[in-house]
Amino acid sequence: MAAVAPVRRPKRRSIPVGRIMLLGFFLVFVLWPLYWMFNTSIKPSDDYLTVPPVWFPTAPTLVHYEAALFAYRGLDGLINSLIISLSATVLSALFGTLMAYSLARYNTGGQHLSFWVLSQRFLPPIGIVLPVFLIYRGVGLYDTHIGLIIAYTVFTLPVSVWMMFAYFRGMPKSMEEAALVDGCTRWEAFWRVAVPLAAPGIVAAAVFAFIACWTEFFFALILTSRTAFTLPTVFRAFIGFQGAQYGEAAALAIVSLVPSIALGVLAQRHLVRGLTLGAVRG
Amino acid sequence: MAEVRITGLHKRYGAFHAVRGIDLDIRDGEFTVLVGPSGCGKSTLLRTIAGLEESSEGTIEIGGEVVNDFRPRDRDVAMVFQDYALYPHMNVAKNIGFGLKARKMPKPEVEARVAEAARMLGITPLLGRFPRQLSGGQRQRVAIGRAIVRNPRIFLFDEPLSNLDAQLRDEMRGEIKRLHQAIATTMIYVTHDQIEAMTLADRIVLMRDGVIEQQGAPLDLFERPASTFVAGFLGSPRMSFLPGTLALDGSAAAIRLSDTLLPVAPGRGLNGATDGQAVLLGLRPEHLTRAQAATPAQGTFRYDATIDLLQPTGSRSYATFRLAGAPVMAELQAHDVSRPGERLPIDINMNRASIFDAKTERAI
Repeated sequence: MAAVAPVRRPKRRSIPVGRIMLLGFFLVFVLWPLYWMFNTSIKPSDDYLTVPPVWFPTAPTLVHYEAALFAYRGLDGLINSLIISLSATVLSALFGTLMAYSLARYNTGGQHLSFWVLSQRFLPPIGIVLPVFLIYRGVGLYDTHIGLIIAYTVFTLPVSVWMMFAYFRGMPKSMEEAALVDGCTRWEAFWRVAVPLAAPGIVAAAVFAFIACWTEFFFALILTSRTAFTLPTVFRAFIGFQGAQYGEAAALAIVSLVPSIALGVLAQRHLVRGLTLGAVRG
Repeated sequence: MAEVRITGLHKRYGAFHAVRGIDLDIRDGEFTVLVGPSGCGKSTLLRTIAGLEESSEGTIEIGGEVVNDFRPRDRDVAMVFQDYALYPHMNVAKNIGFGLKARKMPKPEVEARVAEAARMLGITPLLGRFPRQLSGGQRQRVAIGRAIVRNPRIFLFDEPLSNLDAQLRDEMRGEIKRLHQAIATTMIYVTHDQIEAMTLADRIVLMRDGVIEQQGAPLDLFERPASTFVAGFLGSPRMSFLPGTLALDGSAAAIRLSDTLLPVAPGRGLNGATDGQAVLLGLRPEHLTRAQAATPAQGTFRYDATIDLLQPTGSRSYATFRLAGAPVMAELQAHDVSRPGERLPIDINMNRASIFDAKTERAI
C-alpha cells in the first residue's frame, strides 16, 4: 500500500511590508522634489505660491520653458554646457587613462607623483580661481569655450586618474605581457588589450567627470561672461530684484537633468562595474 | 627552432639581486626545465629571455644573435603564462590568432593556422567561446594554442600547470611532452614541481638563490646530486641525510654513524676526502629494501630496523626507522611490513648512496 503523502499547502509568500514601506519612503523622498519642480515648470505664474498648493496644474503651459530657453538664453547655456562638458570629459578620460596607466604600470614619478595628482583636488577652487582669471584675461581665454574646457579638464583629471589608477592596478599584467610577446608594441598592448579591459573603469571615470563639469558653477561664473556661459550660470538670472522666476528656474532645471539621466542610464552597466575599481572582473 | 646561450646574466631589482651570474647553453630542440624553490630566480630568468625584464648584466643569444636590446615581439618567442593570460574580451579563435594578426598576417592564413592549432589541441568546438566560458584545462589548451600557432623559435612556459588540479595536471603534463615530441622546438619550462621537472625535461637546470646549483639530465641529477640541496629537492619522499664521519683505511672506506659502520661501495671515488671528515650520508627511500636473501648482496649493508612510522600508499609503504639516531625512510612493498614497532632486516644499497661534505654540503 502506498503511503499517503501529506497534503502540502502551497506556502503563501508573506508580503515584505517593512521593505516596501522603506522603499516607498525613499522613492517619495527622491521623486517628490522632482515632481514638484516639474509641476512648477508647467504651472501658470499665479499658481506658484497659492495656499492650498496646486497639486496638479489644470492648465499646463510651456511659457516658462520658452522664456527660460530663449529670453534668458538657457538654450545657449545648454549648448555651451554640452560642448564644454563633453569636450572636457573626453579629454579628462583620455589623459586620465594615459596618466593612470603610466603611474600604474611604469610607476612613473615613484610613489609621490600619484598622490600629488590626487592632492590637487584638496585645493579649494577659490584659491586658484583669481590667478586663473587673470591669466585667462591676459592670454585671451576669458569667456571662451576652450578656456573653460581646459579648466574643467584640469579640474576633473585628478579623480579620473585615481579611478583609472586603481583599475589598472587591479588588472593582471600578464595579459599585456602576453600581447608584447605575441607581437604587439607597448602602445598596441595598451590600446588593444589594456584599454578594452579597462573600459568599465574608463566609462565610470568619464561619467564622474561629466557630472562634475555639468554641475560646475564657480569657475563658469568667474571665467565666462556673455559668450561661453554654461547652464548653471543662467540660473542667476532667475533671482532678480523683482522677485524669483520660479517657473523658468524649474523649467531650466528639468532641462538640465536630461543629459545626466540619459548618461546615467546609458552607462549604468559599466558604472557599477567601474565603481568596484577592478576588484571584480569578468 | 634555435639554440639559446646565456652568458654571465645578472638581474637586480634595486638592492635585490634576483639572478646572480647565470651561464647556460640550451641546444636546439631541447626541453629544458628551470626548477627550484620559489624566489630562486627561475621565473625572472625566463622573463628575461622573453624580454619582459631587462637584464642588468650579461648577454642572451637566441639562434646565435644577441637579443638583449630586442623588444619581446622581435625575439620570436612564445610564452605560456601561469594564469594563462588569455584576453578576456576576445573569443578563443581571436585569442589564438591575436599574435598573427598583430604581425599583419593575411586573414585567410590566420584562419587556417588557428584551425590547425585548434585541431591539434582538440579545441575546435571551443573557437567561438570566450575565456570565461572555459574550464581551467581548456584555458590552458587555448594558451598553448596561442603559442604554437605562431611557430616561434622558442617556447617559454612559466609554471603553466600550477593552477590546475592534480588529475588535470598529470594529463596536461603528458600533452606538453607529446607536443614537444611532435614539434621538437626548443622549450624552456619553469616549475617548482620536481615531478614535472623529472618527467618533462631533457635537461634540468636546478636553481637556488639566483644561481645554477646543478644542471644535467634528470637521472644524472637524481642519481648523482651535486649537493644536499639538489638531493633533497629532487625525489619524493625526500632523501634522508645521516650525519657521520668518514673512516678511511687504505683502499677501504666506510661511514661511521655513531656505533654503526657502513662500508662505502668499493670502487667509488672519494675525491679529496680525508679520514675523520664530517659527512652526510644521503639515502633515498628506494635505495632501501626489505632483505630477502640470507646474506646481503655486494655493496649492500644490512640493518635490523625497528619501524616507528608507517605511511602506506596502497602499492608501497613508506617506513621510517632510526639508524644511529637519525630518521631514515625506506620505500617497501606493501606486504613487507604490517605495523609500526615491527622489527625487520633492511638492506641499504650503498652503491647508490650519496655522500656529502657536512660543512660545504657538496657531494664527495
